[in-house]
Order: sequence, then C-alpha cells, then structure tokens
Amino acid sequence: MLELNAVTKRFGDKTAVDAASFTVERPMMIGIIGRSGAGKSTLLRMLNRLSDASEGSIRFEGTEITTLRGAARRQWQSRCAMIFQQFNLVPRMDVVSNVLHGLLNRRSTLSTMFNLYPQDDIHRAIEILDRLGIAEQAPKRAEALSGGQQQRVAIARALMQDPAVILADEPIASLDPMNAQIVMEALRRIHEEDGRMVIANLHTLDTARRYCDRVIGMRDGRIVFDGTPEQLTTGAARDIYGAGDDFSEAATSTEIETLDRANAPVRMPA
Amino acid sequence: MTHATLGAGEMPKTVDSIQTSYMAQVRRRRLYGGLTLLIFVLLMVSGFNIADGRNAGGFWDGLGNIGDYPADVLSEAWEKRAALPGLMVKFFPALIETVNIAAVSTLIGATAGLVLSLLATRGLARWPRLIPVFRRVMDLMRAIPEIVIALMLIFVLGGGPVPAMIAIAIHTAGALGKMFSEVAENADLKPVEGLASTGATWAQRMWLGVVPQVAPNYISYALLRFEINIRASAILGFVGAGGLGYELRNAMAWGPGRFGEAAAIFILLFGTIVAFDQLSSRYRNRLTEGYGQ
Repeated sequence: MLELNAVTKRFGDKTAVDAASFTVERPMMIGIIGRSGAGKSTLLRMLNRLSDASEGSIRFEGTEITTLRGAARRQWQSRCAMIFQQFNLVPRMDVVSNVLHGLLNRRSTLSTMFNLYPQDDIHRAIEILDRLGIAEQAPKRAEALSGGQQQRVAIARALMQDPAVILADEPIASLDPMNAQIVMEALRRIHEEDGRMVIANLHTLDTARRYCDRVIGMRDGRIVFDGTPEQLTTGAARDIYGAGDDFSEAATSTEIETLDRANAPVRMPA
Repeated sequence: MTHATLGAGEMPKTVDSIQTSYMAQVRRRRLYGGLTLLIFVLLMVSGFNIADGRNAGGFWDGLGNIGDYPADVLSEAWEKRAALPGLMVKFFPALIETVNIAAVSTLIGATAGLVLSLLATRGLARWPRLIPVFRRVMDLMRAIPEIVIALMLIFVLGGGPVPAMIAIAIHTAGALGKMFSEVAENADLKPVEGLASTGATWAQRMWLGVVPQVAPNYISYALLRFEINIRASAILGFVGAGGLGYELRNAMAWGPGRFGEAAAIFILLFGTIVAFDQLSSRYRNRLTEGYGQ
C-alpha cells in the first residue's frame, strides 16, 4: 500500500531524515518513536507533502507521491489527513465550520469562502462530532474548547476528509494523561472500525506499545528500529533514544502509575 | 444564536436536535449575510450613479481620455530623452531637500508619537485618566490634512522647508502614535512589573521595559512612514514649501514644452521611493531575523 524508498530531507547541510525506507502492506496503526529532533515530524510532513523530499520516493497504491504538483498534490493531501500537536484549528470559527474544512479540496473555492456548505455536509460533520463524543460543542467557537476537545475536533476534520491515511504529529504531546488516552483511543477506534491507516508520531514508549500494531524507531534521521511492540525491548528502546544503562522507561512515560513509581524515591533538593 | 444554544442546554441532546438547531443558526447567518451583501451592492450602485450624475464630465465619457495626459508627457519626454540625465542632475538638489524634509519630520514625528502612544495605552499610561485626552490629541493631529497646516504655517512663517517639515511631523506624530499604541497594547507587562518592583520611574519602566519589546515593530512602522513622508513632502512643494514638488508644479503648470522636466522629476521621485523601499525592507528583515533567534 505505502512504500517509502530512501526518503531524505536536507535543510542546508543538515540532514533531518536520512534515507528512510519502509513498506506497509495493509492498513495498520503505526507508531513512530524517537527523541525530539529525530526527524519524525519531517517524515510525516513529507508524506502529506507539506514539505518536499530532497531525495527518494514515496509510493501509495502505486502512485508516486513526491512528484505530484498543483491540483494532484492537493488531491493527495485530502486523502492523507494530518493531525497536529497544537491542533491547528481556526480559533475564531465554530466547531462545525472547522470540521467542514475537511471538505475544502472537494467543494468550490467560492462557496467555501462564503461558508456555504450543503445541508448533508453539515449533518455529516455533526455526526462525526457525535462519534467522537463532542457533538454538543458544535456551535461553539473552537478557541472556547479544552485542549482534548480541540484535538478531537481536529480528528473530526481529518475524518471529514474521508482519508485513506491519517497522519498524527505528536497528537497527545500537549494534552494531560486523561485527554491523551481519549484521543489515542479515538485514533485506535478509527483504525479498527474504518480500516484507515494511522501513522502517529509519539514520544512515549508505552503509548506506542499499547495502541500500535507496528513501531518504527528513529534516531538522528535514520530508522533504527522497525518491528512489533513485543520486539521493542528495553535494549531496543535504549538504542532509539541513545541513552545509557540508567535509561528507564518511566522517563518517557505519561502514564499516571509509572510516573508515580518513578517519582516516589526522588527527593527534591532543598 | 444564544436562543439555540441555551434552549438545547436544557433538554437531553440527540444528534438530530443538534443538527436542527445548528442548521437554523446557519440559515439565520446566511440570511443576514445575504441582506448585508444586498445593501452593500445597492449602496455602491446608487452612490456611483449619484456621483456620476453630479460629475461635470461624466465617468463613462471621460474614461476614454484617461491616458491622454500621461501619453503627452511620455511622448514629449521620449523626444527629449537626451536631455533627461542633465535635467535629473539639475533637480538633484531639490530631491535632497525633499528627502531631508521627510527625514527630519519622520524623526521628530516618531519621537513625539512614541511619547504620545505610551501616554495613550491602557496599562502603560502615566496618567490613566488622561488617556482619552491624548487619544483625541492624536486624532486631531491625524484629522487635519498636512496641506492645511502647511498653508497656515507658510502664511505665518513664509515659504520654505520649515513649515512643510512641521506640518508633516504633526501628521506623523498622530498617525504613528496610533499605530505604536496598538503595538504597545500587546506588549508583555511582566517586565514592566519587574522594573516597577525595583523602584523605577515611569520613564525608566517605559524605556527599559516596553521599548525593547516593541522596537522592531516601531522601527518598521517608522520606515514605512518615512516612505509616505517623502511623497508628502513632494506634494507640499506644490504649495510653496520648496523641494521637488515646487519644481514639479512649475514644470506641469507651464504645460507642453516642459514635460521633459516633469518626466525627469517623476523618474527621480519613483527611483527614490524604490531605493528607500528596498533599503527599509532589507533593514526590517535583519531586525526581525535578529530578534527571532
């Protein structure tokens, strides 16, 4: 389905992603882990064509993605939804309008500029919001919602695109553990119920282990791990994060129990 | 909108009821939007017709002649193209005078605008109750056209660059004060509070706490204003304030025969604006990049 071959991205003389290759045969939920600056976001942005690859090829169902131009590129972007760490909604527009932005590639520019959508579209947007449990927020402004609710609006916008692939760039990094769980469960459910491919950048091991079918580890722009969550041992994790023997998984965790365990023996210096 | 959301808050919500109430809201919004558009179009059309009716020549009749004057100037300038470099050298001192007027008035106006803006910004003002007074003062400075102030001053002080400089400086202070004050409103107050906790005076708090935050924005507005002022000082030459405008009026008023001079002056003016635009955009880029790091 999705095939990356030696995808490389350079900024000046710095290589952000260095010859990344992997193949995905069927829709699954994939977690990409690694330290910040490892090239995870750059990789997702190249998949969505928010930025261009310097070298290499990305093929989806036989179509070369990296060379698409103009309308064809935007068409691909509408099939490949993106979810951001900071939600990237339009704060002053209401929730339903934000969800309807998922249709921008399919409706005429003029009618969308005047916010004129057919009734069916509006009904579908509210049904998607209901599926994510936030239909009651429909008429509110996006900026009035909490972080977790805003991220679910962003997911609803992605679903409105009816995409084949959903890319999530650190979707839970700015959420508290409770909301992080709700958002991750929503992504997992979308994968299981709709059969869409989900690729999520995550910075915690346990989230990747719990929700993903396959984990890809990146370090300094290279893919250093690619396997099932079971294969992701502490040793493998040390390689990905480039840490020494003192590395403990709790240090990368947002789970409440592990954090408590890690914090218990620590004494604050006076 | 309040009706729909408030009403929905009381009963148990189904997707159906949410859809219905949201659709009602959308329909209302579309109705208001459509009515606004209709009124706008009607006003534009009727306004244009009234204006055109009162016009001595008529818009549609005159539209065809719009290129006549530029064509005259251009064709004559083309015939005399050999003389253009000489004319440009001849008018160069006048250009220096025009740019000088603009530079001095921008400096004085920006300084006054800085003080006025801080005095008129909520949260920063030295005397909060006087904020409306300073705002009205700035409104007044902006409201009176430069040319009116310049004419009054020329009457009192006689012709020359000084009245023009004062007139432009007054307008600049009002215009920049308004823009500066909007920037200052978004400044972070924490550093100001930090300075206040050390016993700093108002001037110290403003100069050391606010100005460093807003300086890149202020400078970029001031540079934009400088470009506008070059044009303004050229116009004031028409009413006897000296500089390039004075020469341009002479050249244009004499009519055919001196269009070569008019063309030379236009080229000088255009070149100056382009040069300063390039210069200021490069400087502004460096400023913002420097602060980005």
